[in-house]
Amino acid sequence: MSTQIPKQTEKADETAAETESEAPSKGDERRAEKRRRADEQRRQREAEEAERAAADENTVELRVFRYDPDVEGKQEPRFDTFHVPFTKGMTVLDALMYSRDTYDSSLTFRHSCRQAVCGSDAMFVNGGQKLACKTQIDELEEPIRVEPLPHAEVTKDLVVDLEHFYDQMEAVEPYFQTNEYPDGELEEQRQTRENREKIKMSTRCIWCSACMSSCNIAAGDNEYLGPAAINKAYRFAMDEREGEDVKQKRLEIIEQEHGVWRCQTQFSCTEVCPKDIPLTEHIQELKREAVKNNLKFW
Amino acid sequence: MHEHDVVVVGAGGAGLRAAIAAQEEGADVAIVSKLHPVRSHTGAAEGGINAALRDGDSWEDHAYDTMKGSDYLGDAPAVEALCKESPEEVIQLEHWGMPFSREEDGRVSQRPFGGLSFPRTTYAGAETGHQMLHTMYEQVVKRGITVYDEWHVMDLAVTDEEDPADRTCHGVVAYDIQRGEVDGFRASGGVILATGGMGQVFDHTTNAVANTGDGVAMAYRAGVPMEDMEFIQFHPTTLPSTGVLISEGVRGEGGILYNEKGERFMFEHGYANNDGELASRDVVSRAELTEVNEGRGIEDEYVHLDMRHLGEERILDRLENILHLAEDFEGADGLTEPMPVKPGQHYAMGGIETNEHGETAIDGLYAAGECACVSVHGGNRLGGNALPELIVFGKRAGHHAAGKEMGEPEIPTGKSGDWEPAEYEFEVAVGTVGDRGPAAADGGAVASDAEGLLEAEIERARERVEDLLARKGRNHAEIRSKVQKTMTANVNVFREEEGLKQSLSDLREAREAYTDVAVSDPSRTFNTDLIHTMETRNVLDIAEALTMGALARREFRGAHWRKERQERDDENWLKHTLVSWNDGEPELWYKPAILEGEAKTYEPKVRSY
Repeated sequence: MSTQIPKQTEKADETAAETESEAPSKGDERRAEKRRRADEQRRQREAEEAERAAADENTVELRVFRYDPDVEGKQEPRFDTFHVPFTKGMTVLDALMYSRDTYDSSLTFRHSCRQAVCGSDAMFVNGGQKLACKTQIDELEEPIRVEPLPHAEVTKDLVVDLEHFYDQMEAVEPYFQTNEYPDGELEEQRQTRENREKIKMSTRCIWCSACMSSCNIAAGDNEYLGPAAINKAYRFAMDEREGEDVKQKRLEIIEQEHGVWRCQTQFSCTEVCPKDIPLTEHIQELKREAVKNNLKFW
Repeated sequence: MHEHDVVVVGAGGAGLRAAIAAQEEGADVAIVSKLHPVRSHTGAAEGGINAALRDGDSWEDHAYDTMKGSDYLGDAPAVEALCKESPEEVIQLEHWGMPFSREEDGRVSQRPFGGLSFPRTTYAGAETGHQMLHTMYEQVVKRGITVYDEWHVMDLAVTDEEDPADRTCHGVVAYDIQRGEVDGFRASGGVILATGGMGQVFDHTTNAVANTGDGVAMAYRAGVPMEDMEFIQFHPTTLPSTGVLISEGVRGEGGILYNEKGERFMFEHGYANNDGELASRDVVSRAELTEVNEGRGIEDEYVHLDMRHLGEERILDRLENILHLAEDFEGADGLTEPMPVKPGQHYAMGGIETNEHGETAIDGLYAAGECACVSVHGGNRLGGNALPELIVFGKRAGHHAAGKEMGEPEIPTGKSGDWEPAEYEFEVAVGTVGDRGPAAADGGAVASDAEGLLEAEIERARERVEDLLARKGRNHAEIRSKVQKTMTANVNVFREEEGLKQSLSDLREAREAYTDVAVSDPSRTFNTDLIHTMETRNVLDIAEALTMGALARREFRGAHWRKERQERDDENWLKHTLVSWNDGEPELWYKPAILEGEAKTYEPKVRSY
């Protein structure tokens, strides 16, 4: 199984201990009853769906990773099967939403804009990091296997914990810095079209974390900044509005032990980026900049 | 319980700008949002930010265009504030590093947009909102502003005096989505609602799944009037299968609309003889649907938007994102074929009634951005006027909540100025249904001091969660879907009496069904079933207030078209519609639009393009 089994963390143990120490309340009993019912319904639903799918060929089969540390019966990861009626233009996200709204309202995944700009729904589809909302069903082989992003801790079903990713993004001083502004009150800083073009792709990042999930180095070195954060550093380091002294500081950040030199140019991040950002090239360019910069001081 | 001076609910453009402004004024500020900030739907805005920056342009011209676009239902003090302050706010964004598109001389580019008398829309490709959202989030990180992300705000902690004008907001209660716990956020300075749009009231929308109007509904139930809710903008160019937005920038750059016969109908059928495709959005949306209804649509559903003649170089330079959207979500190649488009719900002109400082009728409660109605857009918003609203009024609300002295507002809130009751009798019951169980809870908790009030609200919210998890009942999804279907069928671009009444009666059924709602996922971890179920209550309240306004307003103004009276009626309707929740018995009333500006009065004129 390509999805790593989530660690049974201390948190889960604590929750269990707490539950034991208290006498089961009425609410707990009701919930337990609800769980039993839900299990029963699931089995029944899958059987019905399979029957319907056999009768009607125009459905797609999804195998979706399920896990919930909080719910009996879901603490052991498993795959559930959903049969979804196919419609033209259907995406993996459409199929997941249909499954949730029609069959199982506990099926959990992040999603919001449905148009590849909020970056919420990166997941592992048939063995690759994809944004579910822009992945067409008819381009995938069935059954479609949908899993949470690898190399991140699974919170529940297809939701992973992004705290580490956010920490790395924020570690590169990801904000514009300059020591000089134009004098006029309503005057902008000038930027050449060429320079804007140079940073354009790097500003398209939607923080979906697909690149981080695909990166072998990040998987082995938890402190590695990762492609997205380095790309963010690139976005500012290459922006001519920032000035030389700020650039020095930026190069120091990306040159640190867990910075650009960890990258082994495997291009996996570039391959999975849903916004087509040439991540590996950006990392390479920063390496060159760092070398040039170091030579200058010799 | 968490305590801050200012609590901002929502982390899109308005929320982030409000938080930065409040911090600039020295406040300890926190942002509470059900999404991580960079997931907010401001990121989907494509076209641009209107700002009178250049010689030959002026804030007065921008104000005139905005007033005309609003079909004279904007309030002049708000419109003028927007147009005067937008330039400095745009320059501020540029100084924060926002990567605007540039001219040869290195200055930020501007392009023409619908309804504008000057090309004053600044932009960053066709991804202006994305760049603006990320630029402001960068500033939030730089300033170390506290963000509670993936916390769903359930309700406001508002005192329960009889008259809403006497009530005070002391904070919010929220549900931690990751951990499944309810907690309170006390705000000594103020709560700023910046929760964005309410597009999930309809089923074909450019809005995100998260745009369920939570802040609007919370403020409504707490006693703040809803203003001009019937004014919903249907964007003329959305992809038919998904509702994904194709920016007005395409028409701004010269894109052309064709019907099935290949006619350039905006001109050939006389919808807008001067401006053609660049007429105001409401005009173009009605034109498209008329073409379809009269049999000249393609596949009886949509029209074509063609940009091929602009050439590959210009398209790649200014509209590249559009190529990706059309390809990924409709399978159309904008370089070699026209793109299919049809109108889709896009923007709510109405919302939480505020004055030009962002204050609502309830002390300590503010609103800014799409969830608010200040009102700069009146009956119809111009393209490129939403993003400046976020930054101008987000900043104003942030400053005021942090205690900055800003002078007396000119726009009255609540029933403090001139107002008149509506004579309209609704045939269908509206408001609260039967016995109020905790699941459908509304109204406020009772307590004597702020801390006690927060505690009581936390307790009430916990009970509501426990009840929703424990009870048996029906899934919210079928109820939400019913609401979306009836709203799209009956409260769309063309509205008529019978349809609107049908919608109100369908909504009543949905409300009754909701009393029976239950969450089947028992989990305390990331329970989206629970979150969506609570959102659906908000969708219901908003849909009803919107339909009430649409029924009462028997005229055609801006985006609101009525079959029974297909012309603007300035004698009777130069006024805002307001709906007060009134503790579960909604009440409709009116207040006059303010057309007197700083230096001039905006006399209503025939609106032609």
